[in-house]
Amino acid sequence: MIKRVVDFFGDAKYESRRRRLFYLALALIVIADILVLREHTEYLWDRLPGWSAIYGFGSCVLLIFVSKFLGHQGGLMRREDYYD
Amino acid sequence: MTEFIHPALLFILGALPIPLLNGPIRKAYLLLIPALALLAVFTMQPGSYGAAPFIGQEILFAKVDRLSIVFATVFTIMALIGMVYALHLTRAGQHVAAFVYVGSALGVVFAGDYLTLFLFWEGMAFASAYLVFAQRGEQAIRAGFRYLMVHITGGVVLLGGIIIHGLASGSMLFGPIETEMGIGAYLILAGFMLNAAVPPLNAWLTDAYPEATVTGAVFMSAFTTKTAVYVLARAFPGTELLVWFGTAMALYGVIYAVLENDCRRLLAYHIVSQVGYMVAGVGIGTEMAVNGATSHAFAHILYKALLFMGAGAVIYVTGRRKLTELGGLYKTMPLTVALYMVGAFAISAFPFFSGFVTKSMVVAAAGQDHRAMVVLALTMASSGTFLHTGLKLPYYMFFGTDRGLEAREPPRNMLIAMGMAAALCIAIGVFPQPLYALLPYPVDFEPYTGVHITESLGVLMFTALGFVLFLRALDPENTISLDTDWFYRKAARRFMWLAENPLARYEKAVSNLSETVALPFLHGTARVGLWIDLNRIDAIVNGIAGAILRGGGALRRLQTGVVTHYALAMIAGLIAGAAIFAVAWQ
Repeated sequence: MIKRVVDFFGDAKYESRRRRLFYLALALIVIADILVLREHTEYLWDRLPGWSAIYGFGSCVLLIFVSKFLGHQGGLMRREDYYD
Repeated sequence: MTEFIHPALLFILGALPIPLLNGPIRKAYLLLIPALALLAVFTMQPGSYGAAPFIGQEILFAKVDRLSIVFATVFTIMALIGMVYALHLTRAGQHVAAFVYVGSALGVVFAGDYLTLFLFWEGMAFASAYLVFAQRGEQAIRAGFRYLMVHITGGVVLLGGIIIHGLASGSMLFGPIETEMGIGAYLILAGFMLNAAVPPLNAWLTDAYPEATVTGAVFMSAFTTKTAVYVLARAFPGTELLVWFGTAMALYGVIYAVLENDCRRLLAYHIVSQVGYMVAGVGIGTEMAVNGATSHAFAHILYKALLFMGAGAVIYVTGRRKLTELGGLYKTMPLTVALYMVGAFAISAFPFFSGFVTKSMVVAAAGQDHRAMVVLALTMASSGTFLHTGLKLPYYMFFGTDRGLEAREPPRNMLIAMGMAAALCIAIGVFPQPLYALLPYPVDFEPYTGVHITESLGVLMFTALGFVLFLRALDPENTISLDTDWFYRKAARRFMWLAENPLARYEKAVSNLSETVALPFLHGTARVGLWIDLNRIDAIVNGIAGAILRGGGALRRLQTGVVTHYALAMIAGLIAGAAIFAVAWQ
C-alpha cells in the first residue's frame, strides 16, 4: 500500500492526475477559507479570506529569490574547496 | 515509589559496561537502560534531591519540577529511539558516547545549581564531539575540532558568567535571573545562546552535525539545542532580546536552507529555524508562550530525529550526501520515503501531525501578546520549512532525476526506530492532550479550529504551488555557503600564519638571546656563587646558586616555541585560577 502511494507521487505516468488533484486541493482550500467561521479576529489579515494562500505563496517566492540573490550576488555561495 | 533515581546517573554509569558486553546481550542492555530511565522519569516526584554544601556554596544535584519533567521525558524517549536506530553498530565507542551525552543532557535538565549545570554542560560537549570524530576522515576530524573549540569557548564564557553572577547575587542556585541583567547574566545568556545556535553563534551546528556519523547526528539533533532551550526557559523567560533573536533565527535558517546542497546540512539549518520558534517563545515569556516553546521542543526532538534518520538511511545505503548526486530512490526505498514524509509533515505543521499542535501555540502566543511582526515572520518561516524539508529535500533526494543508484531499504532496526518516531509524531498531532497535560502551565489553547486548519493548509499548499512553479530556480548547486564559521576558519588560518612566521621569528630571536647572553650570564653567576660558596661555605648562597642553575635550564625548556604547549599552559592556568578563585571565595 505504502509503495503504491509513494509510486503515485514518483511515477511519470501519474503526472497529469497528480496535477489535477493538486489544483483541486488548492481550490478546495481557498473555498473552505472563505466559508470558514471567523469569530476571533485580531489583525486586519485575519478578516481577509484567502489571505493565508496569498501570504504562503508570496513567502515561498520571496524566500527562494531573496536567498538565491544573497547566495549568488551576496557571495554566500562558494566553491566546495573554498576552505581547503 | 518515592525514591528518586537520577536518570543521568543511569546513563553515565550505565555506559561503563557497554564495551564488555557483546552480541544480543549488549543490544538488550542498550535498550534496557533507556527503558529504565523512562520508568525513572515517569515515577519521579517533584522536589529537590541531593542538596549538599560544596566549597561554601549550596549544591543541588537534582531539582525536579514540571518543566524539567517534560524535557526529561522526551530526552529519554529519544534516547530509546536513537539506540534502536544505532543498534546495528558493532563498535562500542559510539554507544558509550551517546550514553554519556544523553546522561549529561539529563544532568543539565535536573541541575539545581550552576556548578552542577556547568559540569554536565561540558560533559555534553565532549561526549557529542566524539560522535563527530567517530566518523573519521579528515573532514570530520577537522569539523570535530572546530565544534569542540567553539563549545569550550562557550563553556568558558558561561563559567565566567556563573562566577560573576554568583558573586553578585550570592547564590549558585539555578533559577530565573531576577536581579537586574548585569555582565554576569549577559555572559550566561551568551553561553546558553551559543548552545541554542542563535545567530551569529550558530555555525558550529551546521558545520559539525552533517559531518557526524549517521547514527550520531540523530542524537546530536535532539539534545544540545534543546537543553539550551530548557535552560533559557528556566533562567530567562520574558527577555525581550530573545524574541527578536528567535524570530530572526527562524528566518535565517530557512534562507540558508535554500542554498544548501548537503542533505543533513539542510536539515541542520532547519534546526536553527525551529529552535528560533522556541527561543522567541521563551522571550515572549507568557505562560502560553513558554508552554508553546516547551511543547514545540518536545515535538521537534521527535520529528527532527525522524528527518535525520531518514537522511541518514539514504547516506547509509548510498554513501552519498549531496542533493546534486541523489535522486530516484523512491522505487527502492518506499518505506523510508513514507516515514521521512511523516517527519516532514510534522515539522511543516500539517493538521494531524505534531508540529500543528505545538508550533501554532508559539505563534498564537505571539499574536496574543500583540506582536504582529513576529506572527508574520514566523508564518513566513513555516512556509520556508515546508518548502525545504517537505518539498525540496524529498524531491531531490527521493524523486527528481533518477541517478540509477543501487539502493535498498536500510537495516530493520533503523526502520523500526523511524517507525517509532513517526508513530509519536502522528499520535501527538491527533491526541495533543497528553502532551498538553505535561506542560509547565495549564493549557488554554485549542489547535483544531476551522480557521486554524484552513489557514495552515492555505499557507502550506500555496507554498507547494510556488515550489511547483519555480522548481528550476531551486535546483541544488554544487556549492557550500559561507556562514559565521568563516570568521574562525579564516581567522584561525591568519593566526596560524602569524604564529608560524613573525611570531616564530621573534620567538627564535628571544631564545637565541637567552642562549647566547642570558644563559652564560646565569652560568657565570652560578660559578661565581659556587666559588664564593666553596670559599665561604655559605649554605644560603649555595641554595641560591643551585636555584639559578636549575632556573636557567627550566627557562630554556619552557621556551619550546610549540604553540600547543603555550595553549596548554594557558588552559592549565585558567583552571588553576578558577579553582583557587572558587576555594578562596567562601
